Amino acid sequence: MTDQAQKEGGNAWQSEAFIKNLTKRKRAERRFRLTGLLAIITALTLLAILLFSIVSKGYTAFVQTFVTLDITFSEEVIDPNGTRDPMELRSANYSKLVQNALRAKFPEVTSRRDLRRLFSLVSGDADTKLREMVENNPELIGKTEPVSLLAGDDVDMVNKGYIDRNLIEDDRRVKDMELSWLDVLEADGDIEIHFNTGFFTNGDSREPEKAGIAGAMVGSFYTLVITMVIAFPIGVMTAIYLEEFAAKNKLTDLIEVNINNLAAVPSIVFGLLGLAIFLNVAHLPRSAPIVGGLTLALMTLPTIIIAARAAIRAVPDSIRQAALGLGASNQQAAFHHILPLSMPGILTGTIIGLSQALGETAPLLMIGMVAFIADIPSGFGDPATVMPVQIFLWADSPERAFVEKTSGAIMVLLGFLILMNAFAIFLRKKFERRW
Amino acid sequence: MSFYPLLIVLLLMSAVGYWFGSKKALSTVRKSSNFITPRPHQFGLYVVIWALVPPVVLGALWAMLQVTPIQMDTGAMRQIDRVVFPVILLLAAGAGLYFSILRINPDLRVRKTIEGVIYIVLILASIISILTTLGIVLSLLFETIQFFGKVPMSEFFFGLTWSPQTALRADQVGSSGAFGSVPLFTGTLLITFIAMCVAVPLGLLSAVYMTEYASSKFRSAVKPMLEVLAGIPTVVYGFFAALTVGVFFRDLGDSLGIDVVSESALAAGVVMGMMIIPFVSSLSDDIIMAVPQSLRDGSYGLGATKSETVRKVILPAALPGIVGAVLLAVSRAIGETMIVVMAAGFAANLTANPLEAVTTVTVQIVGLLVGDQEFDSAKTLAAFALALVLFIVTLCLNVIALIVVRKYREKYD
Repeated sequence: MTDQAQKEGGNAWQSEAFIKNLTKRKRAERRFRLTGLLAIITALTLLAILLFSIVSKGYTAFVQTFVTLDITFSEEVIDPNGTRDPMELRSANYSKLVQNALRAKFPEVTSRRDLRRLFSLVSGDADTKLREMVENNPELIGKTEPVSLLAGDDVDMVNKGYIDRNLIEDDRRVKDMELSWLDVLEADGDIEIHFNTGFFTNGDSREPEKAGIAGAMVGSFYTLVITMVIAFPIGVMTAIYLEEFAAKNKLTDLIEVNINNLAAVPSIVFGLLGLAIFLNVAHLPRSAPIVGGLTLALMTLPTIIIAARAAIRAVPDSIRQAALGLGASNQQAAFHHILPLSMPGILTGTIIGLSQALGETAPLLMIGMVAFIADIPSGFGDPATVMPVQIFLWADSPERAFVEKTSGAIMVLLGFLILMNAFAIFLRKKFERRW
Repeated sequence: MSFYPLLIVLLLMSAVGYWFGSKKALSTVRKSSNFITPRPHQFGLYVVIWALVPPVVLGALWAMLQVTPIQMDTGAMRQIDRVVFPVILLLAAGAGLYFSILRINPDLRVRKTIEGVIYIVLILASIISILTTLGIVLSLLFETIQFFGKVPMSEFFFGLTWSPQTALRADQVGSSGAFGSVPLFTGTLLITFIAMCVAVPLGLLSAVYMTEYASSKFRSAVKPMLEVLAGIPTVVYGFFAALTVGVFFRDLGDSLGIDVVSESALAAGVVMGMMIIPFVSSLSDDIIMAVPQSLRDGSYGLGATKSETVRKVILPAALPGIVGAVLLAVSRAIGETMIVVMAAGFAANLTANPLEAVTTVTVQIVGLLVGDQEFDSAKTLAAFALALVLFIVTLCLNVIALIVVRKYREKYD
């Protein structure tokens, strides 16, 4: 380049219009880059808001308020005949003991309506606890002992600060009278907060303070076992067939098209399929984990097949050639060499499919797993519900205390999902081979 | 005999057969001079196959017979089911055992039999996906035809009112049931549209940033975090939409003096969009990655900045693929159930105002089918008709999207 040209060019580049244009373009560049970054930040902020709103509402579900009362195990209530007959001890009126204790604590309360309010300070579950105490230790009868009892849901809500004391009384679920009783109990040091073991050991209940997710967890477990037992072998067999044996023909094409389409069918349609086939035609029990598991298995099958095919395809052809060269049959090469090598990938895909199944709600609503079930299921044919459905049911309940329970249950469910996905990632990191 | 004892006896028989078959094979093979023979355990498997295949096939046939509407409750049939049939099964298994053990000799090519059976089992497993599709189509179609026997097709597709509550008694006032599904489809479209307004810009822009600007470190840290959005169960989004976002929009509207219901289409749509962001972003990520580097290099060589390259070269080149991704996202949004069940309204409302409550196809399916129902009322059958429409629409969207994406891939491969 000559000096002349450089000079002229330099002039053109430094011309005012050019520089103006360049700054404009550079600014547009920065703006575009910032927009992209903002999009990511927005998405992550939304995620953070979601998680924060769940955790901030739900962490209190793991503790529960207890009221300590001096319970007099009076003989005339529990065992008026003095026989200590276990049958009689079992059927005695233990709520009466709680009521007597509360009356003794607040002798000024007399009217029937106020008394009902007073008694609701303590959960209806209290008599079970007293009965167990007496059955385990009949010596207690006739003595007076401080017992820590589960508080009613309103007390719990006030104690956790969910009910604003400054509201006018008519707008408040808990009235001034109850608040004054609570203040007395609080001043006497009778109100305590403990870890809520009942949340993990109880089944569902209409009363929030007693409701737990054990039933839903067990139901989810049974359902997932069925899903895995059905979907995993069938998925692996299909993947092996399609990758290793299938001839290029109409049938194979049809199977592949079907798998891809099933992967995109809305989950609720699988629910209707389960309703029509498993309940109306095969007459399997309604609300049972076996039906839920079968339905979810059909839903997860495409995920597992697609993951397993990818894992099998990743095994290099040289392995197959070597096996065939040593005289193995096609099936021996597939089952003895390719399948074991692709197993980590297949398992990762399976776990991810199962974690989808664990979080699925809509198809299970269709097959009746949404009924109120207080008992913890003890088999594949028992009526049961699963964790996401339990969350749905609680989210629908009007009581304020169920909001906390719902968020708590969501935290437990997310915990399980994180565990499963972490395990899948661990499997992949530990066993995956790059060829 | 009931199912489990029968199963246990069959398994015991096959275990005995396996042991006996391998043992006999071992002894005969030792005597023979023929070297290239199957291994003893394969003879064992051969015997097991002969013991298990006949009863399994018979059992499957019998189960199918029971599903068909032949009257099974008569005493004689029950007797057959309880006594005669298990005996036949066990006899078949025993005969299989006996003859297969009898046939064992070193020259028997048992591997061929075993592999043949395994091959058939593999094909049967693969066919389950076809059967599932067939099951969906048939079960939906069957109930839908019944539904259209009760409600005229024109009312379903063009009617403007939806109130499926049928009267319990004939003389009850009102509520004879109206099955015009137009408000449901408009409601679904409204919520889907809102969801797309959230998900497409956010998803697309984050994909562009991830592929074109982000360092690999940033990418590997942020991408999994975005994927978390896809892994959260929909019921959690529903709870979030109903309790946090819906209330937030209502309060915001109150403070601005606008009337927003707490079950607004806006809340459900925004949360659904949030759920679909990672879906759009990872699909567009793949598609943008697939644009050949030479196009970028050409653009840079002409002096374009990165953003100019993205806007004028990469996005136009990737457009078909992105359209495919958006179609897939739309089909996802249409079929989404829990968010709308928990956060959208239940009453059918023919409106395009996102601040009002609308209902969707999936909400109505859930509403019609949850709880005990008798299966001949138009109310329950309507759910199947809605589901069939949903199935067909999502299927079409997916097929179109897949064709578009495949065409696009072929262009650059």
